[in-house]
Amino acid sequence: MCETCGCSIPDHHHPAPADGETVEVLKGLMHANDHAAAHNREHFDRSGTLVINLMSSPGSGKTRLLERTAEALAGSRRIAVIEGDLETENDADRLRAGGVRAHQITTGSACHLDAHLVHRALHEFPLVENGQGTDILFIENVGNLVCPAAFDLGQHLNVVLLSTTEGDDKPAKYPVMFRAADLIVLSKADLLPLLDDFDVERAERSVRQLGVDTPIIQTAAGREPDIAQWLAWMEAQLEQRRRAVA
Amino acid sequence: MHELSVCQALMAQVRELAAQRDAGAVGVITLRIGPLSGVEPELLEHAFTIAREGPWTGRATLTIEHVPLIIRCRECGEQGVARPNRMLCPGCESYHVDVVSGDELLLARVELLDARPATSAEPTV
Repeated sequence: MCETCGCSIPDHHHPAPADGETVEVLKGLMHANDHAAAHNREHFDRSGTLVINLMSSPGSGKTRLLERTAEALAGSRRIAVIEGDLETENDADRLRAGGVRAHQITTGSACHLDAHLVHRALHEFPLVENGQGTDILFIENVGNLVCPAAFDLGQHLNVVLLSTTEGDDKPAKYPVMFRAADLIVLSKADLLPLLDDFDVERAERSVRQLGVDTPIIQTAAGREPDIAQWLAWMEAQLEQRRRAVA
Repeated sequence: MHELSVCQALMAQVRELAAQRDAGAVGVITLRIGPLSGVEPELLEHAFTIAREGPWTGRATLTIEHVPLIIRCRECGEQGVARPNRMLCPGCESYHVDVVSGDELLLARVELLDARPATSAEPTV
């Protein structure tokens, strides 16, 4: 192997490097992903679909929230879900069992979805089916509070779940993720009376210390207070998006 | 750890540049990274030793310029250095602040070595 350029051509040797020429680039490292994300976003806008990227730790209730959302919106809004997991079709199967259009992306060992994976999924999972479009597409990202924050998928909004069984200081531990959120959902809020170590005010303070005024709501899918705040937020976003692309 | 994916995207960008400029090899690659980029510089350096294997970049080295996290208050106008999990105005402690710098994840410069005449063979990719 040539040790200068690293190619595998036998007996290929470059002469000792001359004075190098330094080229200014100043381009984002995520350029290729961002380009694909912009393409996805154009596609979503043309289809009139609101796209929400759901992120959280594993087990904070993303799939449960989507199941409950599908029940609540049945008959009024057409929704679809792209699921991201390292392995298994389990989450997509759960949603399909409730009559939701769902597509599973398995990432293998990758800890996040990227714009190319979503693009490929859209080829197999069109937003228009039998002449009917999709009002809201949810992308349930791989459960992880670090990596998904770095990859734009083309979504319009990021929603980050923080379940009450996690620490209320998670926003301080994962600032990049929580700063990326357009909405923070405190899920499993029905458990609050039972938990003496999750303080809602402390969680909110931890979010504000990231220098953001992101709205924070509470949900408990299927139990009090259920998901009324979540549905209201989503309807408002849907209206706003429709005005933006009208 | 998504730093390997980020690093592979970096190497694709660098190799494209080396091919365009008909360089023989790549020397120093300089990145500019801020604390809000979501990328851990140490992990990126580690991933780089794997991702650089291949044409043009086998001997490349990585230099990271750390960009400070600076915020400006929308209420009192004060500006100052912050930490990612404590981005309150240094003057009035308001959370209504804008990021002045610190979210960068940029390829700043690439040193191209041993530029060859345009007619010579490309290394196989």
